[in-house]
Amino acid sequence: MNARSSVVSHPCSVCVQSVAEKQFQSNPWLHRFAVFTALATLGLVGMGGLVTSHGVGMAVPDWPTSYGYNMFALPISTWLTGGIFHEHTHRLWASFVGVLVVALTRWMGGNKSRVPLMIIGTAEIILGFAFLKIGPDWKGAGHFLSGIGSVVLLGGIVWVKNAPSAGRLPMLGWVAFWLVQLQGLLGGLRVVLDAQVVADVRLGTFFGIFHGCLAQGFLVLLAVIALMTSRWWIQQQESGIKSNPAGRWFLFATILIFVQLLIAATMRHQHAGLAISDFPRAHGQWWPDMTTEAVAGYNARRVEVTVSDPITAFQIGLQMTHRIVACLILVAVSLCAWKTRKVRSMKTLAFTWLGLILVQVCLGAWTIWSNKAADVATAHVVVGALSLVTGALGCLISFRRQTVNAASPEVPFSEMNSADRASA
Amino acid sequence: MKLNQTLAALAGFAVTLQLASAGNLTGKVTLGGNAPAEKEITPLKDDATCGKLLGGAAPMTKFFVVGANKELADVIVVVKGLEGKSTGAAAAPAVVDQKGCEYHPQILAVQTGQKISVKNSDPVMHNVHTVPTVSSNKEENKGQGAGAPDLTFSIPASEKFLKFKCDVHPWMFAWVTVVDHPYFAVTSKDGSFTIKDVPPGKYKVVALHRKGAPTGVEKEIEVKADGATADFVIEVK
Repeated sequence: MNARSSVVSHPCSVCVQSVAEKQFQSNPWLHRFAVFTALATLGLVGMGGLVTSHGVGMAVPDWPTSYGYNMFALPISTWLTGGIFHEHTHRLWASFVGVLVVALTRWMGGNKSRVPLMIIGTAEIILGFAFLKIGPDWKGAGHFLSGIGSVVLLGGIVWVKNAPSAGRLPMLGWVAFWLVQLQGLLGGLRVVLDAQVVADVRLGTFFGIFHGCLAQGFLVLLAVIALMTSRWWIQQQESGIKSNPAGRWFLFATILIFVQLLIAATMRHQHAGLAISDFPRAHGQWWPDMTTEAVAGYNARRVEVTVSDPITAFQIGLQMTHRIVACLILVAVSLCAWKTRKVRSMKTLAFTWLGLILVQVCLGAWTIWSNKAADVATAHVVVGALSLVTGALGCLISFRRQTVNAASPEVPFSEMNSADRASA
Repeated sequence: MKLNQTLAALAGFAVTLQLASAGNLTGKVTLGGNAPAEKEITPLKDDATCGKLLGGAAPMTKFFVVGANKELADVIVVVKGLEGKSTGAAAAPAVVDQKGCEYHPQILAVQTGQKISVKNSDPVMHNVHTVPTVSSNKEENKGQGAGAPDLTFSIPASEKFLKFKCDVHPWMFAWVTVVDHPYFAVTSKDGSFTIKDVPPGKYKVVALHRKGAPTGVEKEIEVKADGATADFVIEVK
């Protein structure tokens, strides 16, 4: 059902308002740009995965400069050297995503966002220069703030009289705006505070885990924005809605996936390699011996190439938890697919999700069998992120559908146009 | 003046007497059990620049360097109870070379305060990242381009297997054990070691292997003028 017919069938003030909103929300170029930003962020997550998989997070020991150079002026010969390539590309890619998100914020916020952007940008530039004056310890923060402030100020200066997007999109844009800056700062702190220890915790590890988890949440946010700017989403809002019988299962499975990603980020950022090097068994048993003597034996026999820290009983327990949660996710997502097998609009999404989870299980096993080969481990990160995004969008669609009550036929996921489907 | 000369003469005599009565501690370290198979360092072989430096040889890990009769190399043997007698500040610098995108040697021992000179013989940039676990030792991370001057490190506090790593080439590790006196040795390929001029007395001696005995295997010995021997077996279960 198209938007016009929905207006006819629902001649109420809410629907009239929704038509007004639709004029802004269904801007196809804004939607395409949001999809592009989300895909760029997925690529950035993959690049970050390559950095941790290769264990080269400290290959560039300074930040926001790179070996003393302005980040954008590092000689190509240095950039292409070993792990510097992964780490530096991650930084440049992140900068690109930052610019995209500022543009997205400006676009969705409309003309009204200009003044706030100019104020924030100017404040960041002033603060950045102030940090540069304080002393050498604040130089990194100063360069970061003044650099990002310049981009924000530029976003505010752009003179386009576009109206703001309707609904919550401008607010989501501002959330993304702040998150991308926080995420950049966390990435930098992971480098510059790597050696600092607080309460027996290396700050580099702490910020690395935080950075990895926030990246997943940020990707979900951009995917949500991409979905909410799609024509399909507007049509769903204005067309007939049926409740999704598996809504709570979608939510449960998505929460499980997020918990799984927290566990995975903790495992990755401890840089201890594989705590268990065999699968489906664990150190030759179905439940590994985690006594001090047993762990000492595992470490003595363990031959790792790119990691060096000994494994601990905690890390073995963490990987066992990762395996158990993986099984729970598989069951939960299978149930989602089963329960929505007759719900036309959810069936495709649910079975796509199940397919992703099955691929993810295979990649998890392959990661171990390949002794954590960097490309396989990174694919495991990317498919994990896609699984979370799919679950989160499924939840959004499910609960959105449950909150609106109408009788018109629905638009199935499988009948979305290609741009809308990409976003969903 | 006369008194000073007399005291100096007495001190010199005491040192000479101690050196004359000091003995060498010798011994051999062997491996008990079977070492795990070493692995090929595939990322090194596949690296566009570093791979070319290998000359066709397959690079392998070197966790257990074992001889034909199970002699174990790269074991650090340290006499305990002589802490505080470091002569590291006056000792010749220990040298670590980055060659073929690997550290040479990968296992070494130095005194507290002794200089460690890190060379880069490769036509590629490395970064030398020290990762101590003892809080009084400072973590450092310095880039070193091809042909750059040697980097110098000095570790103030004792530590077992302080990690030196290159983040640019994440398979590169060296492990430096820092001892607060000069009475230590690293076993050679035949598993043997000699610690010279150990003052006479009863001591505990510890043998450390990064994989097989990271916390050490201890023995009690007595050093006399004619020296002492101590053999160790590092068990891999």
